[in-house]
Amino acid sequence: MTSPLVSIRGLEKRFDLSGSLLEQITFEGGRFRRKKEAVHAINGVDLEVQRGEALCVVGESGCGKSTIARTVMGLLSPSAGEIHYDGQRIDNLERKASLPYRRKMQMIFQNPYASLNPRMTIQQTLEEPIRFHHPDWSPIQVRDKIHEVMHSVGIDPDWGSRFGHEFSGGQRQRIAIARALAVDPEFIVADEPISALDVSIQAQVLNLLMDAQESRGLTYLFITHDLAVVEHFGTRVAVMYLGRVCELADTKTLFATPRHPYTQALLSAIPKLEDDRPNHIRLKGEVPTPVNLPSGCVFHGRCPYANERCRQEVPGLITTDGGNQVACHAVEEGRL
Amino acid sequence: MALLEVRDLDVRFAVRGGDLTALRGISFSLDKGERLGLVGESGAGKSVAAFSILNLIAKPGYIAGGQILFEGRDLAAMSERELRKIRGNRIAMIFQDPMMTLNPVLTIGTQMVEAILAHRKISKKEARAIALDRLQKVQIPSPGKRLDQYPHELSGGMRQRVIIAIALLLDPEIIVADEPTTALDVTIQAEIMDLLLDLCEQENVALMLITHDLGVVSQVTQRMLVMYSGRIIEQGPTREIINDAQHPYTQGLINALPQLGEPGARLFQIPGSMPSLKNVPTGCPFHPRCNFATEQCKHSMPDYVRSGNVDVACYEVANLIEQEKHMQEAES
Repeated sequence: MTSPLVSIRGLEKRFDLSGSLLEQITFEGGRFRRKKEAVHAINGVDLEVQRGEALCVVGESGCGKSTIARTVMGLLSPSAGEIHYDGQRIDNLERKASLPYRRKMQMIFQNPYASLNPRMTIQQTLEEPIRFHHPDWSPIQVRDKIHEVMHSVGIDPDWGSRFGHEFSGGQRQRIAIARALAVDPEFIVADEPISALDVSIQAQVLNLLMDAQESRGLTYLFITHDLAVVEHFGTRVAVMYLGRVCELADTKTLFATPRHPYTQALLSAIPKLEDDRPNHIRLKGEVPTPVNLPSGCVFHGRCPYANERCRQEVPGLITTDGGNQVACHAVEEGRL
Repeated sequence: MALLEVRDLDVRFAVRGGDLTALRGISFSLDKGERLGLVGESGAGKSVAAFSILNLIAKPGYIAGGQILFEGRDLAAMSERELRKIRGNRIAMIFQDPMMTLNPVLTIGTQMVEAILAHRKISKKEARAIALDRLQKVQIPSPGKRLDQYPHELSGGMRQRVIIAIALLLDPEIIVADEPTTALDVTIQAEIMDLLLDLCEQENVALMLITHDLGVVSQVTQRMLVMYSGRIIEQGPTREIINDAQHPYTQGLINALPQLGEPGARLFQIPGSMPSLKNVPTGCPFHPRCNFATEQCKHSMPDYVRSGNVDVACYEVANLIEQEKHMQEAES
């Protein structure tokens, strides 16, 4: 097997909640105590993104999928673990040394209303990353490049002097994609790129992302909560729950034979056109807060198959006969 | 007689430089206990339609014409005082964002009791008992405790359950739900939709569900309306429309769903986007994006034609029906 383009190893990310030292100190039972609290957003994630694939990360709010995207891009620094790009560790690089990687890795954000600078014209928005990464290019080269990317995302290059607010949501997302493509990246992290868009526009943007992948040989890390999109778009899928990967498989395999009880519940919850009535697996309760993580398997509180071992011991990813990687004791023991 | 009947409703917004027409000639009806879905993309006018049913259109919006008949009485012509007796009491509303709907500085119990006392002359104690009963109905864990909690202490799914409990407080005839699960996660969304469906069936409440999610509509509703640019372009039994949509826009909307496409293949896409209210195209508002548009579509607005049990506003569909008729006549 060829080496992966991006590999995430033992990634952990905590966000401190406890504030300053004075805010941490409480007076309890006659003595001062220092209390520290943190949101455990990611708790030991290993993922590899192969060249040319679209790895989708799915999960519900608070499962840490966006934190993974941001940590991979270097927008957040990991609390523990490493990020490797093409064999080179990149999470601890100096600013200057990280520049070439920043050109190769680009990000598309969820909300195209917030991710475009309202005071810059489209021309300026697209020019900035090109000039930054190619300071030696002539103005003509820059202009040609802008025309090329605008053309490829279906935005008329003559609209360059307009501002972001003059465009509709779908067009803005196209511009955001053009900005990411402007520096010829190899790897694109897309964090819920179509969630803020209407159905008919979602299809347009999804098609655009697939075209770009084909024509430019891109690799995607695609973060979404929409499983229907994953089934259509993803090469492989990682399902996350409370900061851990609970199942990882080829898209086809995952949708045909989901093994983890959470994946099964998640898949059954998609409202399908052919159903007359909702017909899904009902889970007990709700996602616990990532501040106080449950012991053992993070899913045990809502899992219909949980036993004593699940409450005590954290399950690791095991590979099943079907090719799914699943973190579940019940699957490992053959109970499920 | 239908429980609610909307006839030729026009809603406009008075802004500088003339009126914007948000709804044009909307007509539909809702029977007792019926579940009706209202589908469309942002800007189609679905929320305006929902708000206008309760005559909740705020200035600069106004109802420019048409009737909203609830049990035979016209809500559009009622005084504010009379309307208040109906709002929240006979017709309840559920909004998209449960955090915006609940008052953050009052406990759940206070808010529920307040809503009951606004419509009924009973003691606070009795009102609290009703509130507790409704919280049990929406299957909130430890409902007694929730009455004394504040909205921020509950999770998003639980808050939406509280909102549903509040909507049920006074045994309404109709619940208007505007994207009730859009702000929630998939698994929670499925549970809330289940709950809403069960309650409507148990209590025989009519539901008007506004959503952009065709999957939800097909699971929950019996009839549906598809809106585009302030107009109903197709309406009829949900199953019939989902299985065999007539209007090119509805077809496009359904075919654009990734779950229907071949994995990895390009999705069907409708070119362009919904026109803004400021420059609605002449004729059929969908014609600039329509593959079947003819000269006629550019100049005049199509009337509704009936195909099966579905009413469609499209010249192309009308032509097809005509052709079929001729063929049948020729055969006989």
